[in-house]
Amino acid sequence: MDSILQPWPWYVSGPLITSVMVFLIYFGKTFGMSSNLRTFCSIGGAGKYADFFRFDWKAQRWNLTVVLGAIIGGFIAVTFLSDGSAIDLNPQTITDLKELGFENAGETLLPGEIYDWSNALSLKGLLILIVAGFLVGFGTRYAGGCTSGHAITGLSNLQLPSLIAVIGFFIGGLIMTHLLLPLIF
Amino acid sequence: MKFLKFLFVGIFFGIVLVKSEAVSWYRIYEMFKFQSFHMYGIIGSAVVLGAISVWVIKKLKVKSIEGKEIDLPAKDKSFTRYILGGTIFGLGWALAGACPGPMYILLGAGVFSMLIVIAAATLGTFAYGVLRSKLPH
Repeated sequence: MDSILQPWPWYVSGPLITSVMVFLIYFGKTFGMSSNLRTFCSIGGAGKYADFFRFDWKAQRWNLTVVLGAIIGGFIAVTFLSDGSAIDLNPQTITDLKELGFENAGETLLPGEIYDWSNALSLKGLLILIVAGFLVGFGTRYAGGCTSGHAITGLSNLQLPSLIAVIGFFIGGLIMTHLLLPLIF
Repeated sequence: MKFLKFLFVGIFFGIVLVKSEAVSWYRIYEMFKFQSFHMYGIIGSAVVLGAISVWVIKKLKVKSIEGKEIDLPAKDKSFTRYILGGTIFGLGWALAGACPGPMYILLGAGVFSMLIVIAAATLGTFAYGVLRSKLPH
């Protein structure tokens, strides 16, 4: 039981993520979480504004169910399956983050400097969350998939487009982490 | 009832991503700083095992649970949309520290300010849909 409550090593987590993909393939679907954002738009009536949102979203109910499950899974994991151990970050990462003004790196899943309400509702904090979310939502649809659709499913299916997309993910991620985060924080 | 299996896959997915710490902003930051093998190990092992699984599924012509042929659609051939869209996605991924799956999982984990990110991501997808015909693909 202890080993379940502690953080899981990569060589356990990676194969379990593969099994999520394989289950969905076996169920006749594909693993892709960002498609749900398009479904939300359709449900909200975005079809009035663009053809892109005129599709039978009811055929996507299975994926919305996966989202609901993921929310429940997140709750179960932090409530019943965690012993509160800190994330075993590289000490250099913790030092680097301190220089940016992030205290207590790794003691929680997310930095309070971004996600605590007091920061999230400040003008700067709100802008950070909105811009970050917008880029993710815009970029994932432009690229036709996100981490699950391209990095896991697409690469497993040896798709060159997915490799290009993943290279793009890294170009963007490296620019943000190395060039922009030091300017923002 | 037919949705129950998807609910369970989702729950399993949520638990795995929290326990692997792949939902952590800090792990994403550490990954882009090349300061830990953790995230590369997760994605790398998932892809290697995934590629073997997909190969076996195709080779043995495994049928889906409904008895249908399993067909993994090929992605459309292009360069521009993948590199541009991917880069835009990466900028947001490293700032939010979360991609679409973890956004929902973290909401369940009690990070309610994530709702702002999810709403903005939905808006971003809407903006793409509206601007789609004007963007290079």
